[in-house]
Formats: sequence, structure tokens, C-alpha cells
Amino acid sequence: MLEIRDVSVRFDDAEAPAVAHVDLDLPVGEVLAVLGPSGCGKSTLLRAVAGLEPLASGSVSYDGRDLARVPTHRRGFALMFQDGQLFPHQSVAGNVGYALRLRRVPAARVAARVGELLDLVGLPGFGDRAPATLSGGERQRVALARSLAGEPRLLLLDEPLSALDRAMRERLAHDLRDILVNAGTTALFVTHDQEEAFAVADRMALMRAGRVVQQGSVDDVWRAPVDAEAARFLGYATVLTGAAAGRVQRSAGAGHVADQLALRRSALRVAPDGPLTGRVLSARTTPELVRLRLDVEGVGEVDAVAPLPVVGGTVPGLGTAVPLVVDLTRTAPVLDSEVSGGWS
Amino acid sequence: MRGGWRQGLAVAALAALPVAVFAVFFLLPLGGMVGRGFVADGRLDVGGVLSVLGRSRVHQVLWFTIWSAGAATLVTVLLGLPLAFVLHRLSFPGRGLLRAFVLMPFVLPTVVVGVAFRTLLASSGPLGALRLDGTPVAIVAAMVFFNLAVVARTVGALWEGLDRRREEAAATLGATPLQVFRTVTLPALVPGIVAAASVVFLFCATSFGIVLTLGGLRYGTVETEIYLLTTQLLDLRAAAALSVLQLVVVTVLLYVAQRTRARREQALDRSTGRLSARRPTTRDLPVLAITATAFVLLLAPLLSLVVRSLRENGAWTLVHYRALATDGGGALLVPATTALANSWRVAVDATLFALVLGLLVTLVVSRRPRSRSGRRAVATLDAVFLLPLGVSAVTIGFGFLVTLDRPPLDLRSSAVLVPIAQALVALPLVVRTLSPVLRSVDPRQRQAAASLGASPWRVLLTVDLPVMWRPVLAATGFAFAVSLGEFGATSFLARPDRPTLPVVVYELISRPGQSNFGMALAASVVLGVLTVVVMALVERLRLGSVGTF
Repeated sequence: MLEIRDVSVRFDDAEAPAVAHVDLDLPVGEVLAVLGPSGCGKSTLLRAVAGLEPLASGSVSYDGRDLARVPTHRRGFALMFQDGQLFPHQSVAGNVGYALRLRRVPAARVAARVGELLDLVGLPGFGDRAPATLSGGERQRVALARSLAGEPRLLLLDEPLSALDRAMRERLAHDLRDILVNAGTTALFVTHDQEEAFAVADRMALMRAGRVVQQGSVDDVWRAPVDAEAARFLGYATVLTGAAAGRVQRSAGAGHVADQLALRRSALRVAPDGPLTGRVLSARTTPELVRLRLDVEGVGEVDAVAPLPVVGGTVPGLGTAVPLVVDLTRTAPVLDSEVSGGWS
Repeated sequence: MRGGWRQGLAVAALAALPVAVFAVFFLLPLGGMVGRGFVADGRLDVGGVLSVLGRSRVHQVLWFTIWSAGAATLVTVLLGLPLAFVLHRLSFPGRGLLRAFVLMPFVLPTVVVGVAFRTLLASSGPLGALRLDGTPVAIVAAMVFFNLAVVARTVGALWEGLDRRREEAAATLGATPLQVFRTVTLPALVPGIVAAASVVFLFCATSFGIVLTLGGLRYGTVETEIYLLTTQLLDLRAAAALSVLQLVVVTVLLYVAQRTRARREQALDRSTGRLSARRPTTRDLPVLAITATAFVLLLAPLLSLVVRSLRENGAWTLVHYRALATDGGGALLVPATTALANSWRVAVDATLFALVLGLLVTLVVSRRPRSRSGRRAVATLDAVFLLPLGVSAVTIGFGFLVTLDRPPLDLRSSAVLVPIAQALVALPLVVRTLSPVLRSVDPRQRQAAASLGASPWRVLLTVDLPVMWRPVLAATGFAFAVSLGEFGATSFLARPDRPTLPVVVYELISRPGQSNFGMALAASVVLGVLTVVVMALVERLRLGSVGTF
């Protein structure tokens, strides 16, 4: 199990530490996603775990052994970079077999293992290709195979998918999850993309300005963001406070009323006999539904959705009043009791 | 189509002047030399050339040239690699100063380097006990001294541009620091090392001033042998044969260097280049120790030169410097101060000439024509203008003498020969400094400017010129320094009554007598300081590409 205790990392030229007093635990066999905006220190944390950045304070230990004096190459933590960092002078097979050759594994066994790994990442027969001839997604797959080859105790992934286009990212996120679970790999995974974190990780830690502000299972974090900013980062469009939050929850018959409520864009839905009423500010048709911006009486400006009009029907016109229902499964109570700046 | 045709015409017009100058002042003299070697009594005579190449003295000279240049290249690379690492991958206070210092020997006039080593190794010098004066070891050491900057700069620039994360990836896969170097860093550096080594070998194999001042008559390279055959033995045919031989070898080497350089530029394009130097740690101690040794090698001859120039009969004195204003008791035709003034005037002319030619050549060779034949023409031109880098200055000077001596071009006694020859020697450096910068301008910037309504002239003014003025200044300094120190061609061409300072230094050390040697030291210091000041001004411009070939 990886234990990160009170870790801080400082850069010479910066006033604030890049990573400040971070505590994290990662049990064997689990995948932990560290989620945060760019510049929050998450990649620096990853590099510190790999032993590539010196700690200003705190400790990183694995299975109870402090790693302070263990250099990177003896930690057994493979780091996969955002852009793969394949060795351009070696073939795909040369890259994947790199860690094995370092250990002087016989060539025949290296070749066999490289073949297995290329099958695993979906690139059978790619061994003789040069890295320069691969697409971005293929390079990341090769980098993943290279990282897995040495059977590292811990796999560190630094935004492995963010250099890829959207379709490739979704497909590879799914594959990545399968590969990690099947191999039983313990992985620490850094990303700024919440979808990626949901798709790949078991547990999640939210990081902001060098600090971990919330951690837990993906579900727990997602269902109860720690504050309004965390909620917005997790993809909630609006955070309501006070009376507005109360009105929305009570209209759906909620038993317990939270002081702050985060709404996804689809939390309010146009429906006949809905208890709330909103005036349409704008409407935009998408392939699946109509997205509305509404001014809801006693709540304020929020997003809502309406079903696509039947053939010959019309989208609600600007300024018209529409009835609304609330889908509580698309909302989340925000834990933070402090009221921070009303709804937005 | 019409646009392409007009563009081609414009490029041809730009190229016309440099090509014409190059034809008259480089290819013609070169051709004249080849002719002298192969044509005897109006008939092609290959046998005569072969018989020259069969002489045992020639074998001796050839063998010495190859092994001394080879040994010097090897030592330069071995010392230069740690230096490149320390100066480009570690960050510590004073690094900028050290980088400038490493560059200094490279721009020092070769006669100054030779004289400095003699003061260090002479029996009365600080290292006199080693009895290295006049030995091949001294020659090799001076070659290393001279060329360390080439390796440190060329490899260092490449090293600095390597993405550190590639090495980190290897470390997280379990590679020890040594394994990381061997399997990841070194393969990435190989093109740079090969390019630097081939340039160093070239410089060593064609070095003239160093060998002449340190080797005397006992040890000669092809280059000094050509000089001796021409000026002392008057065996022009043997000299021509050796020149041709040298030209062939140099062309092959340049071709190899060019090929690896092209590959390196490709390689650099691909790296995203996150530049990061780290602080030194205790693990770097061995590398730091080698670097310190290299700095001692660089510093010792210079210190020794300066100290010796200030001493006479065991006391500190400025007498040698005062003597520079005299004719040295009849040793010289004109005082050294007059020679300094000559050097300065010649350098101004040569620099101007090299810059005009260099700018025109750069504008042409940094084009990327659409047609295949256009591209091939540009590539050929690029390679041809690199030739003076390797063709020995002695060959150029000698060629001038044998071809420009009759109408319509009888320039033997003209004062313009020296600046022209020096400009040709400086030309490759000017082009090497300017063309990477111009090539690095994204063509889409020009297209963007044109699409916003800028005329071709306006594009040149607003897109190209802003990035060019600094390299142009740097190239000016480079050409000036080269011209100030040029010895090979000048020693042939300078008229006895109008010598440059390097020629005077050589004359002084070839004559016996303590006071002559003292004057040579003082003149060397003045020449060295002048060159270094010019280069320091250039270095202030902080131009990364200066000194990389």
C-alpha cells in the first residue's frame, strides 16, 4: 500500500509550494485518480512519488518502507507521461521490452512477453514499427505496454489520455480500465478531466492549489462535493444556496434539505404539471434534447432540458413560461456549510 | 506557374553576386591549383601526381596529419562531453561566464594559441620539466584547446534541447543513471557528437598556425607541407598534388558532416523541448572534476602567455609592449602597431564583404522551393558555400597566387586580395550563423503577413528582419574575429610592407632572440584581447546558435 504523508514540494523560484501537506492512501490493486485543474500541483505530486522531485517535507512510503533514500530506478514505480516519451531510436518492441532487457531477461522471453503486452494493448504485430510512424493513440498504448512490462509495484499515469482527440480518449479510457483491472495493477492516475477519472478510477482525490480538498470513492466524491468549486469541477453546472436551494429540494419532496445544492444541467426538466415555473431566456436544440436557459421564480437563472419536439411541434419560445420538475438524482448536496457567494 | 517562375528568377538574381564572387575567388583559384597538379606541359599528367603521393616524406606527413587530428578529435570529444553536460544540463552561478570562456579559445588566432602553448611548455616555462616543447603531444594539446568549444557547444545545444522526461521515463522503468545515459541519452546525442567530431577532425587536419608555430619543421601536416613546398622548396606541383588530395578528403568529410547535421535537425524538430537544468549534486562530482581539468587546460596557456609577456630578466615590465611601436631593432619592416592598424582595416573590409555575401547566400539557401530541381539547386548551393570551412586557407591563398596573377585579373600586388581571401574563410561561419535563424521562421508567418496584405518587401521587413538583426550582429563579430586572426591565407597574400598582426607574430617567433620572442608575446596578447573583446560583445547578444555548425 502506498502512503503519502504530509508531502510538500517547493520550487526554488515560487513563493507558494507546488504541493502542500498532501495525505493520500492507495491500497494494493486499486486505481486512484487525482483530479484537478492544470497547475494545481497534481503532476508534481506524481513526480514526487516517482522520486523525480525532492520533498520539502513529509514522506512517501510503500508497504511501510520509507522511500526517501530510494532513487527512482529502485522504486519499481513506472511513470507513463502525457505524451508517452517513447524512445525514438528504438522500435515498438524495443520500447516495450526496455525494462526487461535492463534486467537481462533472455531475448526469447523478452520477445514472448512483448508479444503478450502488444496483444493486451490492442496492437498485435506492431513490434517492428518505429514510434514516429504511430498515431497519438497508438503511442500511448505502446507507452502503457512499456510501463506494464516490468510488472511495476505501482503504475503512475500523468494525464495519459489528454493529448488524444475525444473519440480516441473515450475508447482508450475504457480499455485502460480493463487492462488495469485485469492485470491487478495498483495505479495512481492524474488528470484534469473528470470523465476520464470516472471511467478509470476506483477512488478519487480532488486537488486544488497544491492541496487535496476531498478524497474518497469515486461515487462518494461525486455524490457529495466538498464545496461549490469542487462541484463545478466535477461537472455540476450550478450551485444554489439558501432559499433557492431549499425551494428546489422541497419542490421534489426531499426529506432532508441541504443548505447548498449542486445541479447538473439536466437536473430541471420541462414537464406538464411541474411544481416550478421558469421563463425561457434561451433555447438550443441538440441531437438528443433541447437545452434551455431559464429564469425560475424564487431560484434564479438555471439550466434545464426539454424533450425534443415531436415532428411539427415547436421548441418553447423565448419569454414563455414552462412548468418544471426536479430530478434529485441529478443534484448533489454540497458539504461545505459556509455560504460562498450565492448561486452562480 | 507564372508566380513560381518569377520567384525563381528573383532567387537567381539574389544568388548571382555570391556565385560570381565564389567562382572567381574560390573555384577559379582552386581550379588553377588542380590544373597545376594534373597538367604538365599542356598535357594531362596523372602519373606525376601519383609519383608525388608516392614520396616517403608525403606518407610521413599524411600519417602525421591523420593520427594527430584523430587523437585530438578523440580527446576533444572525451573532454567535451562532460563539459557540454555541465554547461548545459546543470545550473549554477557563473554558468554564463564559463560558457563564454569555453568559446574564447575557438576565436583566438591560431598563432596566439601556438605562442601561448610554447610559453607554457618551453624549457623555461611552468611545464618545462615535462619536456613536451616541440613534441606531437604539444600539437595535439593545442588542437584540443582550440576545438573544445566546438564539441561543448554543438553537443551542449543538442543536450539542452533533449526532453528530460524521456530520461525520467527510463529511470522509472528501472534504469540506473548509467543505463539511462547509455540507452537513452547517448543515442540521442550521437548525431551531434558525429557532427561535432567530423568538424573538429576537419579543423585539426587543416590546422596551420598551430602546427607551424609548435611543430617547426620536424612535424608537418599536409597543410604546413603545402606551405613549405610552395614558399621554401618552390615545388608547386607537389604542393598542388597535396592540395588536391586534401580537397578530396575534406569534401568527403563535409558531406558526412552535412548528412548527420540534416538528420540532427530532423531529430530536433520532433522534441517538444521542455528545457530544464538542475542543480549539481554529489553524484556529479566525477563529471565536475573532468570539467575542472578541462578548464585548467584552457586557462593554463593563456595565463602563462600573459604572465610571460609581462616579464623580462625575472622582473615585471611593460618593455615588450613598448617595443610594439618599434621595428624591433630591424627584425620587422614595419612596427607591430602599424601591423595592428593594417589588421583592423583589413578586418573591416573583410567583414563587410563576408556579410554582404553571407546575407545574400542565406536568403537564397533558406528558401524552400516547390520544385524538386529548385530544392536540389538550393541544397547544392548550401553545400558549396560550406566548402571554404574545410578547404585549407593555405590552398585558397596559394590558389590566388597562381591564378590571379595575369590579366584580366592581375591582383597580385593589389591590397584587396587579403580581405577577399579572409571574407571567403569567414563566409561559411556567417552563413552557419544566419541560415538556421532564417530557416526557423515558420513559413506560415510569411503567409499570414501576405494574407494580411503585406507585399514581399514588406514581409521581409516585418517578419524576417526582426529575427535577423541579432544574428547579423553576431555574424559581424564572428567574421571580424576570424579576419583578425586569419593566418593561413594571409601569410601567402600579405605584402611584406603591409603585414597583419598574426603575420608579424609569426615573423617574430621565427627569429632568434629573447626580445623578439617577448614582442611576439606582447603582440599575441594584444591580438587575443582584441579578438576576445569583439567576441564578448557578440556573446552579450546571447545567441544560442553561435558556435554550432
